[in-house]
Amino acid sequence: MKAELTFADIGITVRVPAGTRVIDVSEKVGSTIVYGCREGDCGTCLMHVIKGGENLSQPSVLEDKVLKENMAGKQFRLACQAQILGNVTVGPA
Amino acid sequence: MTAQAQRPINVAQTRDAVPISSRVHWIGALDPTLRTFDIILKTANGTTYNAYLVRGQDGVAVIDTVKEKFSDEFFQRLESVANYDDIRVIVLNHLEPDHTGALPELMRRAPHARLYISHKAQRMLKGLLKQESFDFTPVTTNDTVSLGDCTLRFLNTPYLHWPDTQCTYLEEEAILFSGDAFGCHFCDPRLFNDLVGDFRFSFEYYYAHIMRPFREHVLAALELIEPLHLKIIAPTHGPILRDQPARYVARFRELTEPRLKKESTDKTLLVFYLSSYGNTAKMAEAVYAGASEIEGVRVSLYDLEGGAVEPFVDLIEDAEGIALGTPTINGDATKAMWDLLSSLVVINLQGKVGAVFGSYGWSGEAVGMLEDRLRGLKVRVPVPGIRVKLIPTEEELEACRQFGRQLAEIMTDKQKPKVIDFEDL
Ligand SMILES: Cc1cc2nc3c(=O)[nH]c(=O)nc-3n(C[C@H](O)[C@H](O)[C@H](O)COP(=O)(O)O)c2cc1C
Ligand code: FES
Repeated sequence: MKAELTFADIGITVRVPAGTRVIDVSEKVGSTIVYGCREGDCGTCLMHVIKGGENLSQPSVLEDKVLKENMAGKQFRLACQAQILGNVTVGPA
Repeated sequence: MTAQAQRPINVAQTRDAVPISSRVHWIGALDPTLRTFDIILKTANGTTYNAYLVRGQDGVAVIDTVKEKFSDEFFQRLESVANYDDIRVIVLNHLEPDHTGALPELMRRAPHARLYISHKAQRMLKGLLKQESFDFTPVTTNDTVSLGDCTLRFLNTPYLHWPDTQCTYLEEEAILFSGDAFGCHFCDPRLFNDLVGDFRFSFEYYYAHIMRPFREHVLAALELIEPLHLKIIAPTHGPILRDQPARYVARFRELTEPRLKKESTDKTLLVFYLSSYGNTAKMAEAVYAGASEIEGVRVSLYDLEGGAVEPFVDLIEDAEGIALGTPTINGDATKAMWDLLSSLVVINLQGKVGAVFGSYGWSGEAVGMLEDRLRGLKVRVPVPGIRVKLIPTEEELEACRQFGRQLAEIMTDKQKPKVIDFEDL
């Protein structure tokens, strides 16, 4: 199954296999989302979910914790953790 | 200023706490022999680790500690003005070891103290103090802690050195405990900015290396700090700023905003190149010519052989795009290019557009290496680099012009939204 991931900051939409993580796409297309640890620990990759948040995988316990520590609202997720399950539009936090 | 404040002060000769206001004492330590800090910073006369003690009606707060090696000095100063049993609050504005070294021992000695740190500091605390686990309260902007007749208010100021950094404001005395912000590595036992030697160079140097990479975060912090009534800024390193503290805040604002405002709204693309036989130079001129055709972009061309790379750091900070041209020499890009890129650690490159091109003889690794490096620096590399074998043909030069046009269009958002397949990436 394919899903569409749109990067609002660079105006590019990528058709990806469901289950792909945002990080695997965003680095290749040159979105301005930035990464640190790449393993859901540092919170650097906080991204703004502009549309279709329900089409991302549920945050793990670890991601939830990091989101809370960063006082991130509902429209924010970690790009190194979130998997794409349907159409989503994201941008840097 | 009070008469007491004007008396000569030499904290190197005592282990007493030094009053800085009616409720606050300095209980820090001097490190006059230090010459290199954190590998990257030089200091000509050492540094200070400033910690502070606030006495309220309902107890004492300790704000920051010192490097572990200087614990004795810190505890002696603390004991000169307070009992450990009175300490109710410990605030860490920044968890770097030079401010948390004495924390575990302080927590042991002060059984009634509660630790206050920023939300982002929570995991760091665990990482730093591996063997111990302390109870703490995470705080953010406008959270307060009362000491009865006085209140500490927190300001969340991430990246005013590390992600965890915060400032703490003592409302009743208008004192800002600013962490590393407004600090510098300057060791002078006279302690106060109106008494110490001229430390302006050190203040600027510290800003340039520690704060500048986080310019956006400094601006956000200034929004919180500028409205405060400030009698004293008490940073964690260097002189305590009690004489005209607002000047230092204003200086941060000046240093943080782009130097001269740009004259036009055009985007800036900088093309840098190096060339031994003129091949990469020809490509650079073609990239320059192509990009110049696009309205809304102002393009400049620079030969790095011309001299030092430092002056270009400022230029790049304010530019929206950079294109780098280098030949492959001995399987690598050229040294001046690496020098340029390694000078960019002091600025934020996130979101800028980058591109690479170059001539090569047989293997041509340089272009890919620089592209990887740019991505590593968080620069977007939206157009694949161009490599030309030896002397560029007219066709290849046209490809370079097109490359320039494409970059300029991306910078001015003239490119149409694109849909691509993951497999094609
Ligand atoms: C000392 C030296 C070392 C070189 N090493 C390499 C190399 O390792 N790989 C390669 O592809 N080309 C190498 N070249 C070839 C250059 O990349 C090639 O001559 C290129 O066209 C030079 O471009 P420019 O001088 O016009 O910028 C080398 C050239 C010189 C002079
Ligand atoms: S990169 Fe560190 S949490 Fe995602």
